[in-house]
Amino acid sequence: MMETIVKDLQGVPLNHYILLSSIIFSIGVIGVLIRRNVIIIMMSIELMLNAVNLLLAAFSVYHGDASGQVFVFFVMALAAAEVAVGLAIIVMVYRNTKSIDINSLNKLKW
Amino acid sequence: MSLFYFIAFLSIFFSLMVIFTKNPVHSVLYLVITFFTFTVHYVLLNAQFLAVVNFIVYMGAIMVLFLFVLMLLNLNKESEPMKSVLLKVMGTVAGMCLLVTVAGSIRALEVSNPIILKNPEIGLVGHLGKVLFTEFLLPFEISSILLLTAMVGAVLLAKKESKNI
Repeated sequence: MMETIVKDLQGVPLNHYILLSSIIFSIGVIGVLIRRNVIIIMMSIELMLNAVNLLLAAFSVYHGDASGQVFVFFVMALAAAEVAVGLAIIVMVYRNTKSIDINSLNKLKW
Repeated sequence: MSLFYFIAFLSIFFSLMVIFTKNPVHSVLYLVITFFTFTVHYVLLNAQFLAVVNFIVYMGAIMVLFLFVLMLLNLNKESEPMKSVLLKVMGTVAGMCLLVTVAGSIRALEVSNPIILKNPEIGLVGHLGKVLFTEFLLPFEISSILLLTAMVGAVLLAKKESKNI
């Protein structure tokens, strides 16, 4: 079962992985630009991180080098830390302003 | 080979649903499905360790965190702040421009070599563990400090402030 699935993979051009990752990354960027809900903006950031992870894994398999997959592991640890701190900040902001609109944070502007 | 294109289509479709759905709870659920398709991508690349870690960390830990916060804040479709149509169109056009620029600069539309598994056991737990604990030992230990600081920071931020500060 596993072998047949992996055999199926053989022959997907590397560029198609790059294209898929670029599309998902751009969707993440669009999400950051068009939404005002802070939580959905953080979800878009997760999408971007995942697109990069997939590309790193694809390159790692392409070159036969394990370093790329180790780096994906570090990115995942970083994403977990980022989400924990970010959501804590959102909860605190919501407690003070009763809103999760990104515009409620515009006092951070200079 | 066609399996890859089917899963890729699903990833793109569900990630579009994430950013265009009005209801935040539906957004989180679509994001879970998107992460599941990424797990399938890792299985297709024979990166089994990453597939399992992606499944546990992203679909388990991070998504539960998002759902908890959404339910804690009691959000729904009515309280959802939306941008004006003009800003949405501008954002979408800007994102498309980014996509065209990236795809053009790396020449993603030309023919390239297919991915072939040179070393099939590269993504297995044993091999990755050896690499992680020899070449990348110092970054691994530093990432543990990163997680510790994140934990302390999250607890400190989410705690109710006492009055006498």
